[in-house]
Amino acid sequence: MQLYLPIADIPVNVFLILAMGAAVGFVSGMFGIGGGFLMTPLLIFVGIAPAVAVASVASHIAASSFSGALSYWRRRAIDPLLALVLLCGGTIGTALGVWTFTLLRSLGQLDLMIAMSYVILLTTVGGLMFWEGLRALLRTRRGGAATIRRPGSHGWIHGLPLKVRFKRSKIYLSIIPVIVIGLIIGFIGAVMGIGGGFILVPLMIYVLRVPTSTVIGTSMVLTLVTMVFATLLHAVTNHLVDAVLALILMIGGVTGAQFGARAGQKIRGEHLRLLLGLLVLSVGVRFAVELVIRPEDLFTIRETGGAG
Amino acid sequence: MTARAPLTLAAVLLLGAALTASPAQAERLIVSVSNHRVTVTPNYSGEELVLFGSVEKDASTPASRNNYDLVVTVAGPRADMVTRRKERKFGIWINTDSRQFLKVPTYLALFSNRPFDAIASPEVQRRQQLGLNNVLLTQRVGPDYADVVPNDAFRSAFVRLRSEHGLYREATSAVTFLTPTLFRTGIPLPAEVPIGTYDVEIKLFADGALVTKTDSAFEIVKVGFEQFVATTARQNGLVYGLVTAFMALMTGWMASIVFRKD
Repeated sequence: MQLYLPIADIPVNVFLILAMGAAVGFVSGMFGIGGGFLMTPLLIFVGIAPAVAVASVASHIAASSFSGALSYWRRRAIDPLLALVLLCGGTIGTALGVWTFTLLRSLGQLDLMIAMSYVILLTTVGGLMFWEGLRALLRTRRGGAATIRRPGSHGWIHGLPLKVRFKRSKIYLSIIPVIVIGLIIGFIGAVMGIGGGFILVPLMIYVLRVPTSTVIGTSMVLTLVTMVFATLLHAVTNHLVDAVLALILMIGGVTGAQFGARAGQKIRGEHLRLLLGLLVLSVGVRFAVELVIRPEDLFTIRETGGAG
Repeated sequence: MTARAPLTLAAVLLLGAALTASPAQAERLIVSVSNHRVTVTPNYSGEELVLFGSVEKDASTPASRNNYDLVVTVAGPRADMVTRRKERKFGIWINTDSRQFLKVPTYLALFSNRPFDAIASPEVQRRQQLGLNNVLLTQRVGPDYADVVPNDAFRSAFVRLRSEHGLYREATSAVTFLTPTLFRTGIPLPAEVPIGTYDVEIKLFADGALVTKTDSAFEIVKVGFEQFVATTARQNGLVYGLVTAFMALMTGWMASIVFRKD
């Protein structure tokens, strides 16, 4: 069934978009991530303009993270204070990100920038996750305890001033690194059209030492608010959010996420990290290959306005 | 404005060509498009319009003139476009050189009943802008505005890319003469055609020269829901964003209710 998208200005197959939403939703539910880093490239692949894809995926991630955050809230697995501090940084980061996005779009280097950041971010994070997962797996094979290594229990991060006690997470921490992390996630989220959950979760675990009980729920709150904010900013500044496209993605996404979450519970933790690392890494490598090999067509056309 | 000079010239050429030449405009073209208002609905996926018409002769038409040639040019709404070329820099392919095309048609179709070379001389083809190679596509070249030779890398890439999407097309057998004076042609509109007003120009040729021409037009418009969404997004960005965000929250909330396990 074909449906004409009012902002993207192309007809798409509704079932294809629904299936894409469900598939990405399944992955995101399984690993507890937003899945934007998979959704945005898929949309670009089916012919939607990169700028429209990035802007519309933001609202899709908002929907799936809200659904996730609600269930974590019921289980009291969200640290409200930690979420609030992260948000302070996240909001500034998102605003900076949308502004950079608009600037790059006018310079004609938006596609390159998106592709470059995907390569750098995904290969690095994916590689680290894969490595970590592999080591954890080998440790359990050898019969050792599969505990997450927490190096240098009192690093420089814990010597910073402005310390605050986060009760729900049971940690005592300076707010400076928390705000900085929020800022980075907000920025890359707006520029790349990703929620950043797959970066935020490891950062919170390894840098801030947030206990695993509250980490996913709290990261979902940050994702939710930054993505709602990004949707608003993209709608106001670039007029590129396609609500029809977003709605189809949301419906597919939230449904897929439920089944993904159930499947995720059946897989062991280290296997899950290994799989996620592999997935993130392969998306990054795919982008890298695209940049390095000679493109099929050296020329591209972009409309620069002035219609009529 | 630019068409006036060639028209006068074509009239002069016509006088020279036909021996018993009476003043030009001995023929009149009567044309109509099957649909003057194409509406984009949710299930829109392209359309084909039909243009038909006839050549009306009058008393001053030379009796011997029966072999007409027809060229139909359909030009969509104009826009500025940039063509960029990727080059290898530091091991990766990035956009380096670019050329700006100013106020070029977003859709362009040229149809005729036989190859342009058979219709008119290269000089007339150029003046009358027959064929994608002869249509004026203004580029910004440094401080100047000009069209360039048809085999210019950026120009040919531009035409090729637009053609790949079905947005630029040239068909030299698309116009069919049902009788020596009655003709028709199809105007295929792919799904990605831009919204706006489309100008149709019909030129009648005889003996390698322009005899007469006429214009028609049709428009492609979004209606109902599509139009509502598109204009709201553009004019009330904040409200649109708020509604989209609210929609996202509702969908998420609904999902958490529907799939609640306990």
